[in-house]
Amino acid sequence: MEFLTTFVNGLSLGGIYAMIALGYTMVYGIAKMLNFAHGDIIMVGGYTVHTVLPFLAILLSGVYNPTVAIISSIIAIIAAMVFCMMLGIVVEKVAYKPLRGASPLAVLITAIGVSYLLQSLAQMIFGSAPKHVNIKALDFGILKIGGLAIGYNTIITLVCSILVMIALSLFVKFSKTGRAMVAVSEDKGAAQLMGINVNRIIMITFAIGSALAALASVFFLLKAPTMTPTFGSLPGIKAFTAAVIGGIGSIPGAMIGGILLGVIECFAQAVPAISPYTDAIEFSILIILLLVKPSGLLGKMRREKV
Amino acid sequence: MSERLLEVTDLEVYYGVIKALKGISFHVDRGEIVSLIGANGAGKTTTLHTITGLIRPKHGTILYKGADIGHIPAHKIVSMGMVHVPEGRRVFQNLTVYENLLMGAYSQKNKAEIAANLENVFKQFPRLEERRRQLAGTLSGGEQQMLAMGRALLANPELIVLDEPSMGLSPLLVSEIFEIIKSFREAGKTVLLVEQNAKKAMSISDRVYVLETGSITADGAASELINDERIKKAYLGE
Ligand SMILES: Nc1ncnc2c1ncn2[C@@H]1O[C@H](COP(=O)(O)OP(=O)(O)OP(=O)(O)O)[C@@H](O)[C@H]1O
Ligand SMILES: [Mg+2]
Repeated sequence: MEFLTTFVNGLSLGGIYAMIALGYTMVYGIAKMLNFAHGDIIMVGGYTVHTVLPFLAILLSGVYNPTVAIISSIIAIIAAMVFCMMLGIVVEKVAYKPLRGASPLAVLITAIGVSYLLQSLAQMIFGSAPKHVNIKALDFGILKIGGLAIGYNTIITLVCSILVMIALSLFVKFSKTGRAMVAVSEDKGAAQLMGINVNRIIMITFAIGSALAALASVFFLLKAPTMTPTFGSLPGIKAFTAAVIGGIGSIPGAMIGGILLGVIECFAQAVPAISPYTDAIEFSILIILLLVKPSGLLGKMRREKV
Repeated sequence: MSERLLEVTDLEVYYGVIKALKGISFHVDRGEIVSLIGANGAGKTTTLHTITGLIRPKHGTILYKGADIGHIPAHKIVSMGMVHVPEGRRVFQNLTVYENLLMGAYSQKNKAEIAANLENVFKQFPRLEERRRQLAGTLSGGEQQMLAMGRALLANPELIVLDEPSMGLSPLLVSEIFEIIKSFREAGKTVLLVEQNAKKAMSISDRVYVLETGSITADGAASELINDERIKKAYLGE
């Protein structure tokens, strides 16, 4: 029973990692860059929820009841997704777009700079003391079936992340824009010759990735409602690891990598003897996998075209 | 008189400090097949990339249907009716044949027209229809070339720009490709063709330009140049 509980918790955590990993992998596939500021978008999403929730509570104070509380939480989540989407677009336009065609190292350094910039801004505005973001309205308690005890939020997280992954897969496969994303990731020049505006596709990619990061932040806050300006760093690095394990650039790879990493993390934490080494175990798995299969689980070794 | 579809004047293109095109001028009239021939590295691909907007010229003008397109981004030129089938085909390997064709129609808005064009392409290339669900990366070289050409047709082109369509194909397929190019003209389209296979290219062309290390060194009616001693020696292997 405990095994099953841990497994479901792992799947749920993995779903969150997968959502973040999708942002890394799509941006890498399409803009050919590692967006190291992606983790900090998670943090911005968290602080947006933190800012919007009390504001809504004041606004709706006259009619406050549990249903209103749930609705206002959902509004806060949507606000965070929209805000992060816009932030992602602005960051891409201001920081990355001027560097198109520059050396990958210059782009990487810029991304690290953006990451510190976002963290510093958060620290200036919100201070460095941990903030408690309690989305109380979305705490639905614990589900007990037989000996199984799983938080409802764990299940909600899992279901939401699966829905997000299905929706994204359908979007990429069947929408005109989604197919254009595949085309751009494969051959930018040929994509332009089809009439595809590559800059627009890159912008959409950043927007989608950032919105998913914001959604992920909410699920993290449901698990542990405390947040600092560096809140996004570790999940960011873990999700990046997941993207690389799955094969960076591959959308199904990011999903599998994320879920795999989440399950491994939960099982490692469930065993007292190894739980202190959880992070080390996860990163070691990455290193071992890269030694065996350098392109990741689903990654392809692609020849680059001009 | 014939309408001037494309008029290139004094085109200069650089890669860093290397001057790849040294001020070339040429034109294509509506309804023509015009060939650009030349040795490896002469600048043929550079010329095509520049007129369809993938590279920016340093000097010179490119007029398409009378409009200066020298500063229009590549993705907007497609919907103006000039479509480029690039060297090496460059079909999207991870998309199916059908999806590749839809990519060709990316700039087209009229659904009925897209469906009609698709039907025509499948009629002209039955093999593409048989393999419509197959990933383009799994097609043979000849099939990929046909896909690249079919994909271009879905953009409703007036001027089709082809970069070495016969490259790497068996003699039988080469003849087939040249027949297809002739059929483009019969369908009312204009063709600018870059070829290593100068003999075959000249045999279907109205006019020919010869490009040598970034400069046009000869031009004229294909029927005349094909008998020119110097051209015969350098490009026709006679
Ligand atoms: N991206 C690039 N960077 C630097 N130099 C380039 C680049 N592309 C082409 N060149 C150079 O420009 C010149 C013209 O190249 P281009 O590809 O236009 O020739 P081509 O006539 O198409 O040759 P081929 O028949 O081999 O395709 C060559 O000397 C080539 O080395
Ligand atoms: Mg060439």
